[in-house]
Amino acid sequence: MNYYESKDLDRFGEIGQFRGELAEKFFDYYNAVTGEDGALTKREKALIALAVAHAKQCPYCIDAYTTQCLENGANPDEMTEAIHVAAVMEAGMTLVHGVQMHNALRKRGAM
Amino acid sequence: MRLLSFEEKLAQHGLDLAPLGVETLQVNVTRLCNQACQHCHVDASPKRTEQMSRETVDRCLEILARNPAITKLDITGGAPELNPHFDYFVEAARGLNKHVMVRHNLTVTIDGNPQTGERKRYLPEFFARHRVEVISSLPYFQEFFTDKQRGNGVFKKSVESLRLLNEQGYGKSDGRGLALNLVYNPVGAFLPAPQEGLERQFKKELEAKFGVVFNGLFTITNMPINRFKKDLERLGAYDEYMTRLVNSFNPAAARGVMCRSLISVGHDGRLYDCDFNQMLDLNLSEESGGTVFDFDLDRLLHRKIIFGQHCYGCAAGAGSSCGGATA
Repeated sequence: MNYYESKDLDRFGEIGQFRGELAEKFFDYYNAVTGEDGALTKREKALIALAVAHAKQCPYCIDAYTTQCLENGANPDEMTEAIHVAAVMEAGMTLVHGVQMHNALRKRGAM
Repeated sequence: MRLLSFEEKLAQHGLDLAPLGVETLQVNVTRLCNQACQHCHVDASPKRTEQMSRETVDRCLEILARNPAITKLDITGGAPELNPHFDYFVEAARGLNKHVMVRHNLTVTIDGNPQTGERKRYLPEFFARHRVEVISSLPYFQEFFTDKQRGNGVFKKSVESLRLLNEQGYGKSDGRGLALNLVYNPVGAFLPAPQEGLERQFKKELEAKFGVVFNGLFTITNMPINRFKKDLERLGAYDEYMTRLVNSFNPAAARGVMCRSLISVGHDGRLYDCDFNQMLDLNLSEESGGTVFDFDLDRLLHRKIIFGQHCYGCAAGAGSSCGGATA
């Protein structure tokens, strides 16, 4: 047995086995946000979701949103660019904390 | 889990898909093609030799002449232009005042006949002269997906060919009415994007990057038969793809399936409910009229359409037909 099995994604609904009303609220919200064109198109939303899936390293979501991107007309160039956005945000978030390091260095008279 | 058969699914939704008429005669004149695309349901390639004879072409023309209800001739292949009687067929059908559609792969204009070397550069002018509707596969507006599915170099040649069609007036809104429609089918095991949005994307990208214009985009679902089925099996994705099709069953799309309004003719004159059934050898029964030589419109209207699991492909999501989405 592996901790992640792709078929388990189909069982996501089982989360509603207990406190089903909370799961219902979640799935309604999820479908309202991702399931239709709004101020953003479904294609744009799928690309955002793919980037988030990589940042959060969720294999279920990477699998599902690769399909979603393709089924909304996106291509590997766009999908790759989306995950670069996620990657560069994470790198930026690490690097910008260098300012805090500088603050600490100054506090110690080392800068 | 056992998947319902297509007929069980129809029954579950109370659907009876009887023929509505025969508006289109779709004729597959050859399995020879200058390309060998990854997902071709015909298994067409430069090595195939099947060709429709002049006698069978003449019989198709006779059917068109005798049946005014059949207003459209849809010529397909392989690359139909590689049948030696293709030009004659188009000219004679137009002479009967039929609407003629050609499933043109674009690259045959550039490549010519892979077996004889015969040049086909005259095709754009020939199509325009006879006011043929040109319907051409282009899986994507970029090289990567297109060449992956249709072979190296296909995208560049397709763009060159599209420009030649545009020069003849195809795809333009200049009142000449020369229709150029593109066909999108997914590059892999997934369903097509919504037709309308994808058409906008194709138009924007092709015009901005290549100066190419066209009229409409038809989205078609990959049928799980022949080469595509083998590819799915190789990837271990056949069951998953079939489940996806079955779960995406749309009754409205099922009502619009093309077999209800066309008859498909094989290169040898045999009759079928559609080009996919033709490739699976699901020949019409003799009572319905098995070949063009027994063609009887009344009997065909009372036939029982032969369904199989591949029919889920036409009824999934927004539906799929030779004219694109149906729902």
